[in-house]
Amino acid sequence: MRLALEAIGVVIDGSSILDHVSVDVGAGERLALLGPSGSGKSTALRVAAGLQRPTAGRVLLDGADVTRVPPHRRGIGLVFQDAALFPHRDVAGNVGFGPRVAHLPQAERDARVAEALDLVGLAGTERRDVTTLSGGEAQRVALARALAPRPGVLLLDEPLGALDGPLRQRLQDDLRELFERLALTVVHVTHDVGEAFALGDRVAVLRDGRVAQVATPEELWARPADDWVARFLGMANVFADGDRARVIRPEAVRVVGGEGAVVVAADRDAAVVRLRVREDGGRELEAVVVGVDVPRVGERVAIDVDPGGVVDVRVWRPEMQRRG
Amino acid sequence: MDRHRRALSAAGRAAAVVLPVAFLAVFFAWPLGAILARSLVVDGRPDVPLDVLTDSTTRDVAWFTLWQATVSTVLTLLAGLPLAWALARFRFPGRSVIEALVLVPFVLPTVVVATAFVALLPDDIERSVWAILLAHVFFNVAVVVRVVGAFWAGLDQRLWDAAATLGASPAERQLRLTAPLLAPALASAASIVFLFCFTSFGVILILGGPRYATLETEIYNQAARLFDLRTAAALGLLQLAAVAAAVLVSGRLERRLGGGRRRSGAARRPAGGERVAVAVVVVGSLGLLALPPLALVLRSLQVGTGYGLDHFTALAHETPALFVAPWHAILNSLLFSTAATAIALAVGIPAAVAVASGRRGLDVALMLPLGASAAMLGFGFLLAFDDPPLDLRSSPAIVPLAQALVALPFVVRSLVPALRAVDARMREAAAVLGATPAQVRREIELPLLARPLAVAAGLAFAVSLGEFGATVFLVRADWPTVPVAIFRFLGRPGEGNVGAAMALCVVLMALVAAVALVSERALVRGRPR
Amino acid sequence: MTPCHLRIARRAVTLVTTVVVAAVALAASACGGDEAAPKDVVLVTHDSFAVSKTVRQAFERESGLTLKILQGGDANEVLNRALLTAGDPQGDVVFGIDDSVLSRALEGDLLEEYRSPELSSLQADFGNPDPHVTPIDHGEVCLNVDRGWFASHDVPPPTSLGDLVLDRYRNLLVVENPATSSPGLAFLLATVATYGDPGWETYWRALRANGVRVVDGWEEAYTQQFSGASGSPGKRPIVVSYASSPAAEVIFASKPPTTAPTAAVEDGCYRQVEYAGILRGAHNEDGAKQLIDFMLSERFQADVPGSMFVYPVRADVPLPEEFVKHAIVPRDPLQLPPAEVDANRDRWVARWTDIVVR
Repeated sequence: MRLALEAIGVVIDGSSILDHVSVDVGAGERLALLGPSGSGKSTALRVAAGLQRPTAGRVLLDGADVTRVPPHRRGIGLVFQDAALFPHRDVAGNVGFGPRVAHLPQAERDARVAEALDLVGLAGTERRDVTTLSGGEAQRVALARALAPRPGVLLLDEPLGALDGPLRQRLQDDLRELFERLALTVVHVTHDVGEAFALGDRVAVLRDGRVAQVATPEELWARPADDWVARFLGMANVFADGDRARVIRPEAVRVVGGEGAVVVAADRDAAVVRLRVREDGGRELEAVVVGVDVPRVGERVAIDVDPGGVVDVRVWRPEMQRRG
Repeated sequence: MDRHRRALSAAGRAAAVVLPVAFLAVFFAWPLGAILARSLVVDGRPDVPLDVLTDSTTRDVAWFTLWQATVSTVLTLLAGLPLAWALARFRFPGRSVIEALVLVPFVLPTVVVATAFVALLPDDIERSVWAILLAHVFFNVAVVVRVVGAFWAGLDQRLWDAAATLGASPAERQLRLTAPLLAPALASAASIVFLFCFTSFGVILILGGPRYATLETEIYNQAARLFDLRTAAALGLLQLAAVAAAVLVSGRLERRLGGGRRRSGAARRPAGGERVAVAVVVVGSLGLLALPPLALVLRSLQVGTGYGLDHFTALAHETPALFVAPWHAILNSLLFSTAATAIALAVGIPAAVAVASGRRGLDVALMLPLGASAAMLGFGFLLAFDDPPLDLRSSPAIVPLAQALVALPFVVRSLVPALRAVDARMREAAAVLGATPAQVRREIELPLLARPLAVAAGLAFAVSLGEFGATVFLVRADWPTVPVAIFRFLGRPGEGNVGAAMALCVVLMALVAAVALVSERALVRGRPR
Repeated sequence: MTPCHLRIARRAVTLVTTVVVAAVALAASACGGDEAAPKDVVLVTHDSFAVSKTVRQAFERESGLTLKILQGGDANEVLNRALLTAGDPQGDVVFGIDDSVLSRALEGDLLEEYRSPELSSLQADFGNPDPHVTPIDHGEVCLNVDRGWFASHDVPPPTSLGDLVLDRYRNLLVVENPATSSPGLAFLLATVATYGDPGWETYWRALRANGVRVVDGWEEAYTQQFSGASGSPGKRPIVVSYASSPAAEVIFASKPPTTAPTAAVEDGCYRQVEYAGILRGAHNEDGAKQLIDFMLSERFQADVPGSMFVYPVRADVPLPEEFVKHAIVPRDPLQLPPAEVDANRDRWVARWTDIVVR
């Protein structure tokens, strides 16, 4: 199922939360809505689900205008950040809620519950009390609950937000595999770049209620729309000069033996080491290297920048948005 | 919350307000206005009774009223919290039975409790202010256990675990976590208990004797006995103002303290040292609460110098003390209380919804009937409802209406915190899963509100069952309720009459306990286990 | 507030509307038919009023009227409610006005004149009342003593008011507050009648010094504080009650004893006469007259001792056996003129409060 937000505007208590937000998610496509907190990404999700009536614009499902269709008739699944399971029902009661209110026969309901629980790796937990679930389990049950009615579009609001560590990584992997298997249309809200890149075919970056850029992860990484997007994606080598900024991607900075710079920081993240190097001219650059034999802090090095990893972008200023 | 409030149509909001306001206007403001006009308007000109208010007797009475209400409230909170904790936090055998039993003292007529206390207390305490305070604690402990307990049960246990892992000692956890989280429920319970003690009537009259007078007893004295309506009206206005002020302050307090985020806090079995603590609390509280009722049970079984069920079997037979066989009183009580509960819920639910969404003026207005003297209101009923279609003075229908007025604040008070705490995302999650608004109500809201609703219904029923002051004033002689029948029997000498009174007390206690048990079981059916 | 809340609210509106409409309909039907001849006669009375079912049915059968009874409070409270609704009364007949409040009732202009033809059958003491009221019964407030207590403590029971200030009766007496209780007021009046005004004050100071206990009402004094009442937790063997109370202890005992456990003291008994009257503005004045006549009939009068534990005013009605055996009809009860009582009551009660309670 295809989901489109067309020029959505939301004004709450006189302040604009969303302004001319347009995104188009193709059938079977996975879109990540990425943005810092307060950027309006959760509101955009609520508009898509029908929980928030937009003050402007349209919501289209497979081309049909559903802006005024209430949430229970949209056929959309939604997973909340902290699961929001019904405390008065057990696991099966939660997962089977959608099929139940749709008046499916009992046998069909049971089959859906079993299937959905199996999909999220919790087969056989039907009779458990949801208040005894761990955070990761609760999130999986919430996902199963959203999947059981077989929605055309699945919306996820920071589904991994309440988790961390290996649990988070595992659920992220499981989600990606699941989405690929089910070929679902997915919109997934997150503030985490890694999560967005991992789970999104395309990523829409939201900033102060507007779309800053929509692109595949690769395009985004290769050509951020402006210096703000580059910084938000985690790029440190952004050097503004007037209206333009030069962005040097960290993997384009090669660190070799020699003179001209000194290593001021080296942080290992599994296979990758992130280096901060200060040139004798005073400029600091970030570089990533792999392997075991890497430069140490204090070591003198030479720097070689691959021109293919350098892009010039606009400088974003908040007043630009207001004018627009 | 804000978003929902805005989403609401003006007409819808009005619907929730109109009914409670209309009810209060007809059955509270109108009769009260009638008696005040009669008392304070002389030859068409208002007669301001300032001299009464500045009188030194008034000052003494007002001070004693405030003092005893404050002390009683503090003592009641202290006495009720341990049991609220044990019931809210833990699952143990007999828990629901105990929850039901706690309600029993609350509905016992004051005459009965005073009888029990006189029988139990040593002679020198019997007529002192301690007897008053003790009786107030005994009466109102149910409010604390119920209101605070229901809220406590909804708090997330993990918070305490978190605090424990953060290195907070048990004492610190109670002080820094429990106290602030429970604050709204505590303020709610305290304000109800305070109002009850502030307007206490029977306990003061019987246990306090002629030495102690509160505003309420003094109003009754002035109006019903001395027929000095002017003084009575002045004191009545003073009491009403004091009650309104107390309600406003407690409301402000409650809001400033904020509502704790509610989760499903599953009660669990106590472990290790908790077992001892729970056992001590439950056994100790029950022992204290059970003592006066047990004294009554013993007296109801006392036949001559031996024991037997004669007083109970005698309830089937006509007696000169009543115009009907005593068992009719039981039927009447059930009938009136059911009607009163229905009215109180029907008016109270929309009222609670309105209050929860910010209609604070209504909150105060709903509490006012508790602050109005029953004698003044009774007089007002006589003046106001004298013409068709509301010629209710000799109609049995007036009884449940008056009882509902008294029960209303309990319904609202038990529902508001729960309504405020129902998580909006539960509804949203259900809606997105395809539940229609009707299904959301039936499948999500009702089960989530079932417990507070059960609490509200149970309280309303219990309050109506035990209501005496207004009922005795309004009820027809051939429609006596159980408390009225008890009062009539106690008013006559002879073993048979006292025995019948005691037997009816026992029936009343059993009735309340059973109703509390059933209502809770039935309404909470949807929960797993 | 959410839409769901609203829906609940709307349902509640429907429900309460139904209830209120039903209540109003019930009320309307209960008092309908004002235009036609009334089918009801409404008696407004105090808590102690009682009548046997067969007697009540006899009245309803003979008159063709339904007797409705509105009951609440003591004589004083009943009068105050009648005063509040004077001219637009709650009922047709008021019963329970006694001597101590009679003059207030007459001044309040709330009663119609009526002289029952039955008045000629009354005992001489009662035959000629104020035309606005009809005497129905009389009761005597007397000291009651716990016989068992005095026997086991080897102390003779008191035989007069004067005995009560003796040291051997220290801490044994419980009385009702005259400000709040009608037997309490009667007992105060008895002391005024005995010792005069202000001689009674000295007597009460002595009673206070001798440990008299004061409670608000008869119920508490008799059933809670008096040791002689059956099943009472009380510890005091002397109480202010009625001349008939010992008979009640026998009649309501599970195994009626041959002698009453308590006894009334004949000295210092104060007589209270209870009156009925037709309320001005009564809906059914004719029914009211029938009811008053009935209350003076032999049938009702014979029922008075067994139902209300007071004595009939009719001359030709015999007392039940238990009353003859265990109760007394004081030969020379104390009484003060109603006008004197009315003129001084408030002052006496206030003085009494200062002397005994404060």
